[in-house]
Amino acid sequence: MVTAPSGGFRVNPTALATQAGPPMKITQLSVFVENKPGRLALPCRLLAQAGINIVTLSLADTQQFGILRLIVRDWSRAKEVLERAGLAVNVTEVLAVEVADRPGGLAELLDVLEPAGVNVEYMYAFATRLGDKAVLVFRFDRPEEAIRALAERGMNVLDQVELFARMEKP
Amino acid sequence: MIPGSPLKALSIAPFHPASSLDFLPAEQLRQLQSHRLRQTVRRAYDRVALYRKRLDQRDLRPERICTVEDIALLPLTTKADLREAYPRGMFAATLGEIVRLQASGSVAGKPTVSAFTQHDLNMWTGVLVRALAAFGIRQGDVILNAFGYELFTGGLGFDYGSEALGATVIPVPAGQTDRQIQIMKDFGVSAICCTPSYFLHLIERAEERGVDLSTLPLRVGAFGAEPWTEAMRARIQQSAGIKAYDIYGVSEIIGPGVAAECHAQQGLHVFEDQFYPEIIDPETHQVLPDGQEGELVLTTLTKEAMPLLRFRTRDITALVPEPCPCGRTLRRIRRISRRSDDMFIVRGVNVFPSQIEAALLAVEGTLPHYQIVLTREKGLDEIEVQIEVTPNVFSDRISALENLQQTIARQIEHSLGLRVAVTLVEPHTIPRSEGKARRVIDRRGI
Repeated sequence: MVTAPSGGFRVNPTALATQAGPPMKITQLSVFVENKPGRLALPCRLLAQAGINIVTLSLADTQQFGILRLIVRDWSRAKEVLERAGLAVNVTEVLAVEVADRPGGLAELLDVLEPAGVNVEYMYAFATRLGDKAVLVFRFDRPEEAIRALAERGMNVLDQVELFARMEKP
Repeated sequence: MIPGSPLKALSIAPFHPASSLDFLPAEQLRQLQSHRLRQTVRRAYDRVALYRKRLDQRDLRPERICTVEDIALLPLTTKADLREAYPRGMFAATLGEIVRLQASGSVAGKPTVSAFTQHDLNMWTGVLVRALAAFGIRQGDVILNAFGYELFTGGLGFDYGSEALGATVIPVPAGQTDRQIQIMKDFGVSAICCTPSYFLHLIERAEERGVDLSTLPLRVGAFGAEPWTEAMRARIQQSAGIKAYDIYGVSEIIGPGVAAECHAQQGLHVFEDQFYPEIIDPETHQVLPDGQEGELVLTTLTKEAMPLLRFRTRDITALVPEPCPCGRTLRRIRRISRRSDDMFIVRGVNVFPSQIEAALLAVEGTLPHYQIVLTREKGLDEIEVQIEVTPNVFSDRISALENLQQTIARQIEHSLGLRVAVTLVEPHTIPRSEGKARRVIDRRGI
């Protein structure tokens, strides 16, 4: 592995092939929320009461219901807290990708994925940035392909450890 | 007196010959019924395997049934029996003799079939003529039939009855309100047939368009296919300046025309020369005396294609013991207020919660907690099925959840023949109950 100037780890494609397990994936929780007053506040309040900080989140909505997507540090504890209160919770794996924080940053990334036949099901951003990089969360239909395509072009996929280390930095 | 045209002053029509059957002396009526019952039992035994089996099981020869007093010896027939017999198990006539077949509803894929020979259709027309005549409708009247044809037999029945009466019938199914109001003005419509809730909607719509129905020649309404209260009747009569009559039907028996009110509006006369009524205790099946409330059981006395012996309607009512001021000897039943099962009626179509359950099961593989909410928009009933999201169907993808909603809606529509709205709700939001779950929330304010 080569340490890139940005401070993150650059992924070596060959090294990736020999690695066991998916180190690159981030665990995200999804919560089913009815489109009624107070229903969105409930999961947020429950996590607050349990002392769980929401790292980032996104809300996808239809007329009747929404899906609240959350990234927290201790996802299994958060899941337990929410389920105990009767909420429907799903666990999904997503990828956190570094993107140049300038015009064209995202477009370049998508240009890499399209020829590889990878579809973006949804995405949202982290508020944090370091230097000239932003971090985006992606749900891909074919995450392994995405990792491979991105790594080949030297784009940075952050693992969970690195991601949360980023959060700590001022 | 009702203000308006001279026609409105006549609340009782000249006597129609067909109505003479309503006034048979009691003794003659019983003899006629007994004679017809003997023939029906014979026919059912000879031609319908289910009845032959059940009578043999009880060691009951058809000859043992001599008069209507013996009717309680016969076994009861249920809706489940009819579904089991699909398609032709209850037929007592060949297809060559059957001129009309209709199939309605389906629980777990099995609809109920009704079949008619020409004689049966003539008989049905006959009772409808008597019903319309009892409402004071006659040749020269212009009748708007808004029952529609998705309603099992309702639409066609009133068409036939009106034509046979010699009146002018204009069929315009419910939903084309503006057109109906225009037709009412253009053709001097004097009578209307539809559901009472639809008529209330029509009144409102007419008001919006500046039309006061009480100034039109409209003077009679024949309403049925759903339960409705005296309060609703008063509102209809007041707002539209008409007499509002109740008509009762059972789709497995014949459709509308099993019983109808007379000008006294104190109960519905059962056309018991054709459909013999009994009231039973729904639990013990004991026959109850006149005046006591229970489940209505009907036996067809002349039907050829599908004779039914002691069919359980699941409607709760009582036979009125006193004679009616109109002079008819046909016994009356009180207005139907509820059922002994969980069936409900939406836009004239019978619906069982079990049909919804079967659809959910087919889509999800398990049965989630659900609730059915019934509302009324612009006079038309709407069904909303609320389903709790469970871990095994909750997906992280919006499209997956929307697909689920659509698949469930399609499945339910396929089996009911009615459009429904499907709403996904959070887990544990539908109230649980001990004992019988309250599946249906009816907000139609009947």
